[in-house]
Parts: sequence; structure tokens; C-alpha cells
Amino acid sequence: MLHTIIKKNSYQDSINLMLLTNSVSTMEGLNKVQIMMATPANKDIFNTAGLHTPELEAAESNDMAIVVDTDDASLIDKVLEKVDQYLKDQSISNKKQSFETVRTWDKAVDALPGANVAMISVPGQYAADEADKALDRGLHVFLFSDNVSIEDELRLKQKAHDKGLLVMGPDCGTGILDGVPFAFANVVNKGRIGIVGASGTGIQEVSTIIDRLGEGVSHAIGTGGRDLKDPIGAITMMDGIRALENHSQTEIITIISKPPAEHVRNEVMELLQSLTKPVVAVFLGEKPEQYVGNVYQAYTLAETAYIAVDLAKGNEVKPDYNAGDFTVANTDLKEGQRTLKGLYSGGTLASEAAILISDALGLGTHIKNEEGYVLKHEGHEVVDLGDDKYTQGKPHPMIDPETRSKFIEEAGADASTAVILLDFVLGYGSHDDMASALLPSIQKAVATAKEDGRTLHVVATVCGTKNDPQSYDGHVKALKEAGIIVKETNNEAVRTALSIVGLEVEDYEKKHVEGEKSGKEFDLSVSDEIAALVSDRPRVINVGLKGFTDALADTGTQFVQYDWRPIAGGNARMAKILSLLK
Amino acid sequence: MKYNSMDEANKAVIDKITGSAPFLVDVVPAKEKVKELNDGKVLLHAGPPIKWEDMTGPMQGSCIGASIYEGWAATPEEAEKQLASGEVKFIPCHHVNAVGPMGGITSANMPVFVVENRTDGNEAYCIMNEGIGKVLRFGANSQEVIDRLKWMQNVLGPTISKALKLTEDGLNLNVMIAKAITMGDEFHQRNIAASLIFLKEISPYIVQVEMDDNDRKDVIQFLADTDQFFLNIAMATAKAVMDAARQIEEGTVVTAMCRNGKDFGIRISGMGDEWFTAPVNTPQGLFFTGYSQEDANPDIGDSAITETFGVGGMAMIAAPGVTRFVGAGGFDDALATSNEMAEICVSQNSNFTIPTWDFQGACLGIDARKVVETGIEPVINTGIAHKKAGMGQVGAGTVRAPKECFEKALEAYAIKLGLI
Repeated sequence: MLHTIIKKNSYQDSINLMLLTNSVSTMEGLNKVQIMMATPANKDIFNTAGLHTPELEAAESNDMAIVVDTDDASLIDKVLEKVDQYLKDQSISNKKQSFETVRTWDKAVDALPGANVAMISVPGQYAADEADKALDRGLHVFLFSDNVSIEDELRLKQKAHDKGLLVMGPDCGTGILDGVPFAFANVVNKGRIGIVGASGTGIQEVSTIIDRLGEGVSHAIGTGGRDLKDPIGAITMMDGIRALENHSQTEIITIISKPPAEHVRNEVMELLQSLTKPVVAVFLGEKPEQYVGNVYQAYTLAETAYIAVDLAKGNEVKPDYNAGDFTVANTDLKEGQRTLKGLYSGGTLASEAAILISDALGLGTHIKNEEGYVLKHEGHEVVDLGDDKYTQGKPHPMIDPETRSKFIEEAGADASTAVILLDFVLGYGSHDDMASALLPSIQKAVATAKEDGRTLHVVATVCGTKNDPQSYDGHVKALKEAGIIVKETNNEAVRTALSIVGLEVEDYEKKHVEGEKSGKEFDLSVSDEIAALVSDRPRVINVGLKGFTDALADTGTQFVQYDWRPIAGGNARMAKILSLLK
Repeated sequence: MKYNSMDEANKAVIDKITGSAPFLVDVVPAKEKVKELNDGKVLLHAGPPIKWEDMTGPMQGSCIGASIYEGWAATPEEAEKQLASGEVKFIPCHHVNAVGPMGGITSANMPVFVVENRTDGNEAYCIMNEGIGKVLRFGANSQEVIDRLKWMQNVLGPTISKALKLTEDGLNLNVMIAKAITMGDEFHQRNIAASLIFLKEISPYIVQVEMDDNDRKDVIQFLADTDQFFLNIAMATAKAVMDAARQIEEGTVVTAMCRNGKDFGIRISGMGDEWFTAPVNTPQGLFFTGYSQEDANPDIGDSAITETFGVGGMAMIAAPGVTRFVGAGGFDDALATSNEMAEICVSQNSNFTIPTWDFQGACLGIDARKVVETGIEPVINTGIAHKKAGMGQVGAGTVRAPKECFEKALEAYAIKLGLI
């Protein structure tokens, strides 16, 4: 049966009324409903729909007509209620984005004319092209993408250097520019210690310890892991060092890398020794025996941070920061329970663990990597679960607990396992609550061991700060409550694990000797572009992963999101034609 | 190529667009301007070339209506027989300086607007808007439809023609468009402000025309009732401007987009008259009760010339009143749509600044290269016809121009330039 409601002189535009009709149509018990202004043309439409009524015919153009076909007359009031509510609420939801999203470089630059950094996280095969385009537009590049060839890396870095620009990356996981976290990075207090690092989690470990010790970081410039390798020759590292030398708020310069190629190392060392500022350097895998001139070389990441903080505070630098008492009471190990299993999400933290363990085992301090295992010796294992081998088609273990859970449970089932060593890396990019995500499998592993009459020890380190998006204190508390031994630094965690199985690392008491000036003159000046980069807050075009804009938004950084897609949808022939039609 | 780069050629094209001076100067029977219509039974249609048997329902319905209107046939059955037998010749509107909405069916005696582009001296034509409901352009062909067309031929067309002749210079369309875009029109889905401006400009002259007072009242009433009246003027305007831009004969700027219900066709500045086609999409939108997506005819009409010109869907942000056709997000979605469209255009048209877009100019010059590079297909605001002839409009919404047309155009141009 047809029912008509006429709202006299109640004008609504037709689109609004179509949306309203759709909304009312969802009510149960209605066969049909149509809401329109009662214009002659619309009356025809009512007619065609079989909804023409005498009341409708009598209505005029400025009247809103609601015609309902229903067998349940009691619903009419509900329809009217719904219509009124809809019209009242028609201020449609307003989720305003405070930043602009673009689809082309041209619009990106239009949207943020003062942009000076492009953060690029596109698939590797396209990354070099996009980095090129950024450099052509006079932008520094933070290149998160990996799988960029070494030839492309060299070409990009040379091009950038010639233009007075920096290429941070490729495969650059971490950066902090004027307090703004890039990619996987922590919220670290601003301060007087500058970092240039060829290692993502290396920067995270050092910068968060500095923060927790009450000092701060001016900038942490990532270089990508291959920067100090042979063909590249530390182009970005050396430009970054010069940038910090010229940056007046930076008082201490810290550099982090795996051991460089011999001649690259010499060149970098010579540059460092020519600086006016004190330098802390860690080449993971090198075990320094002395401090030379203004360059304080550390053995571990933690030691790097401690030296930098003492230098910043004007304290005397101690001969060693690594040794300490790491004994654990009541280890209660069963016969045959003697191995360590380091299951790491942070690549550099895994390497550091491997170095310390092999040092304690008397195997030297070289890092190797066999199928993601940075150490595999007589049952001792340290796995870098962020290695390509474990991340094919799977999210990184800092984001996704699945792979690590599996390894934890396997380690628990292994009768030789005495200690499981874990890292929890907080900060932007990482999982919201990895402690809660991993605890079930940790508890399962401990329980499995217990059923077998073994006490399984779990030692962890949390890499983060109080201001990180995740709660540092909350993580530490949750882990401790679960019976896990939580240590301040990875160095302490590894040494604690070693002490449980009765092993320990011998440390050098480093003497301070005068530096040998090479006599070589270094040009310490930087380009205007690099000087501008370190003297102000970055303004960013984020090319690719939208998640990276969280940190930018939270820090009030100006940015534009470039929703990148492959040119011509990856159609190679069209991409070629486009390149010709210039 | 006489230009140093593609960007330079495209710049020349958009300079032609912004430099154009379109004026509405007359309304005349189509046959006076389109000589091909005097040569036996000829109908103009929307879109790239199409045969009778490939036409969708609404266009066939329009053809039947036009046959009856022209007196070629007395009944729909007779008309259909003639049309199917090949007795009637079909020409795309675009081939004779014309454009037509939906079916775009234009016959000899239908009055057309004459828009003159004074910068280049070229003209463009478009039939007059019949209002909404049962109308020929959606395929309706009942007696009511034919009667209205006759009235337009005998009363409305001549009246506006006479009124326009009383103006000194015709009506300056750039000015009217510039005003209306600040009043919430985007010239495809919404033309109410421009239609009112037209009424405001023309009525002082209509009152001076010597004519029957009842007819005068009917004309004014029709103009007052027909919210989309200006759409057809906007189409002829866009056609006149884009045809002038085609004279550059280089570059990758899109100079026409149109649909015949089967194929979507585009032209680009560097490829002259050649059409690059791909199967049309079907519009998505809001439907009148009793109708659904099922009933929607595939995309049809020359009205996408407005988007080619940079308005219509491209200027969605200008028309808050119709933004909700693009999705439930309303204003923010409209903003996102226009921002997205700006990504595929060469520049922005300072003649038509949009207050709701922080006074940015309307989109100017769709660059086929940018469409292919980004995969962003131009968005078109459109009415939705029922797929069966004569059912008329069943809704309104948006549709995208298929990327394939743009790919084909670029490929052909690269070959023409000897690049591949």
C-alpha cells in the first residue's frame, strides 16, 4: 500500500534526496520508497516507479515528497523520523587530512615548493629512477628502497655530490633530521651529538641510549650499508661528516659502520682526524685497543653512546665501557644446556651479538652471514631475521612477529638451548606492541623446556625511548613480569647471556694516544644545500609508503605524500614511448 | 616538429585555449550550418563513428524520434525499418563542427546554437537542451517529445535567434562561464547558475522581440524551468575552443573526448582528426527508485567535450552542490577529484578561477602522456540513460575515460614522429 508524506516548502537538492532514498530503502518492511521534490518531471518518475498518489499530484515543486510502498503502516512514522534525522545529520563526516596527496613529481613540488628531502620507498627496480628525479629537482634523497645496484648507487651518489646533495641510502632504514624520525627511527631528544651511520639499527641503538642517558641527537644521517664499501668510497659518509662539522649545534660527531674497505677506512679516518670536533667511531667487528687524537673508537654500540655522552658532558672518557658484572643467580642449567640462541629483528644488533659471542668463544670478531645466520657455531646461533632470506614475501620481523615466534618455539624445544636472546626495537615503523605479540611463544618455549626439566633463560634488550610511539617502560615492565631478564643495552644483554653459560669477553683498557696528522689538507666546506639541510627542519616529499608520514605528521613537519605507482602501470612499452615523447 | 619539445608544443595548445574568445551569436536550423544535412536523410550522432546496428538503445530511440520529427516516417516501426535498411546516413557531430549530448542525434531542422570563436573565426554548433524527463537525447520519441522539438524549432529557436541579433555583439561566453563557475557550476552536471545568467542576459532582448505574448511567456517559462539549458551552450563553447586548439597540430593535449555508447574516442593535438577508441565504461552513480546499475546504458554523448575543456568532472570542486555524485565523502572527495585531475593537466586556466579551490584555475589541457604515466583516467560527470530506448534518464554519476585510448594515441603519435 502506498503512503505519502509531503513536507511543504522543504527544498533539498536531488542528489541529497537520492542518497536519502538509498538510506531509507535499507529499512526493513518497505517494498519501495522514493523521495524527491514534487516537480512535474519528478512526478513522472514517481509514476514510472509505480509510486504515484493523489497527494503527490497535489504537491508543488517546492515540496518534498516521500512515497512509501509498505504493508506495515506503522513504519511510516519511522520513515519520517529517519528522514528528519538524515536531514539533520547531513553534515557528512569530515575526516580532514592535514596533508596533501599527489600522484606526480610536478604536483609534489607544486604542493610543497620549499621541499628539500625526498624520502623514497618504492620497489627497488624503480628506486634509482625516482632518486634521479628527486636529485634533478634539487632534493636530498633518503632512499629506503633496497635492491638498488651498486652501479646505480655509485652514480646517484656521485651525481648528488656534484650537485651538493646527499643520498642517504639505498637500503637506509633509519634517519633523524632535526628531531624528525625517518623510516624506522625513534623519538630521540634533540641535542649536541651528531651521527652518521651506515647501519639502521646501529643508529637506533646508539641514539636511544644517548637519549636514555639524558643527552640528545642533532641529526642522525643514514648512508646505506654499502657506503663504506669499495666502489662507493664513503661518499655520503664523508659529506655527512662535513655537514656535522659545519653544523654549530653539533658538538660531538659519531660514526657507525661495519668495517670499511681498507683504503676507505684510511680516508675516512684521515678526514675524522682533521676535524675540529671530537669523534666517536664504531666499526663493528673491529676491537680497538686505543683512542687516537680526537677519534675515540668504540667496540660496541653501547660504548659508542657512552663515550659520546661523556664527551658531550665534558667528562673524562673512560678506558672501557663494556665490561661489568653480568652474572645471573641460580642459572640452574641441566647437563648439555650450553648454547645461546640470538633471535634478532635488528640486523646490526644481531651482528653485535655475533661478534661478542664469537669473541667470547675465542673465534675473533669477524662478522659473517650464512643464510641469515650471523653466527652458527657448535649449537650457538645468532639469526638476523630481517635478512632477505626471511623477508621474502613476508613483513620485516620488527613489524610482524610470526617468523620470530616460530624460531623462539624451535629454540625452546632444542635441549641444548640455555638462553634465548631477543631484541625489541621500538620507534616509528615498528610493531605497536611486540612484547605482547611475542610473549605467548616465549612462554610456550619456557613451558616446553620446563616439561622437559630444563630452565630456559630469556634475555632481552629494548631499543627505544620514553617518547617513542610504543611505551618503553611498558615494554620493559611487561617483559620483566614475564620472567625475562631485560638489559639496558644489547651489549649488556649479550654479556648476560654469555655469563649464564659461563662465557665472558675480555676487554681492552684503551689508552689515549696523540693522533698522527696525515698532513693532507681536507676541504671541510659543504654546499649551501647541505648546510641548509642540517640548519633547519626538513621539508619532505614522501614517495611511497604512506606509513612513514606518521612520524612527519606527529613532529609537525611539512610534507606532501606522493602516492607513487609504476610509470604506465609497469607497461614497459608505454614507459618507453613516454620517455621518447619529451 | 616545429617545437623544441613536447612541453613547448603543449604550451602552444593551451595558449590557444586560454586565448580563445567564444561568443554565442545565433540559433539556426542545423541544416543552415551543416551542409551535409541537406543531402537526403542524414543524422548526426554523438561520439566516434558508429553503425546503426552497433548503437545502444537510447541512440536508436533518438534516431527513430528524429526520423518522425523530420517527417521521414510516420511510425516508429517505419522509422526503424528505414534506419536499419541503410537509408539514413550517419555522421559524427564532431566531423561537422558540432557536438550533441547523450545520443547527440541532430537532424536538419533542429535549431542549433552557433558559437563563434572570435580569435580564430571558427564556429561550433550544438542542439538546444530539451529539459529533463522524456527527451529525445535519452532515446524517448513519443508524441510529447516530437511536439516539444517542433515547438523548439518554431518558437524557442527563432525567439532566441532574434534576441541574440538585438545584442550588439552576441553573448561573451568566457565571461558567463567565469561568473557561473564562482556560483557553483561545473558545466556538466550543474548548469543552474549559468542558465540563470543566460536568462538574465537574454530576457531584456526577448521582451523586445515582436512575437505572440503567450509564446513569449512559454519561452521565458521554459528557460526558467530548464536548469541544464546552458549545458548545450557550454558544449558548443568547448567545441569551438578545442577545435581552434587543434590547429597547432603538435603535442599531446587531448582536444576531444566523446562516446557513442559503444566506444570512447579521443583526439590529441598532434594527431589531428584521428580518433583513438576503446570500449566505453558504464557510469556509476545514484539512481532513481526502481532503477539500478543494471539498467544503466554504457557511457554516451559528446558532452565530455566539457571535461576536455577543463570543466565538468575535472572541475568537480567548483560545484559543491553536485559533489556527492563522486562518493559519500562529499566536499573532500570533490577536492580530491579535482586535485587528482590537476595531476594529468598541463596547467590551470586563469580565466576560470574556482573560489572553493582557493581560487586555483580550472584544469587546462589534459596531457595524454600524464594520463598514461599515472594511470589517472579523466573523470566525466554524466547523466545515466536507461539502456532501453525511450526510458529516458535513470540516474546520474561519473565515469572514467578508458586509458587505452590515450595509450593508442601516444603510440600513433610516436610512430608519426618517427620515434619508434
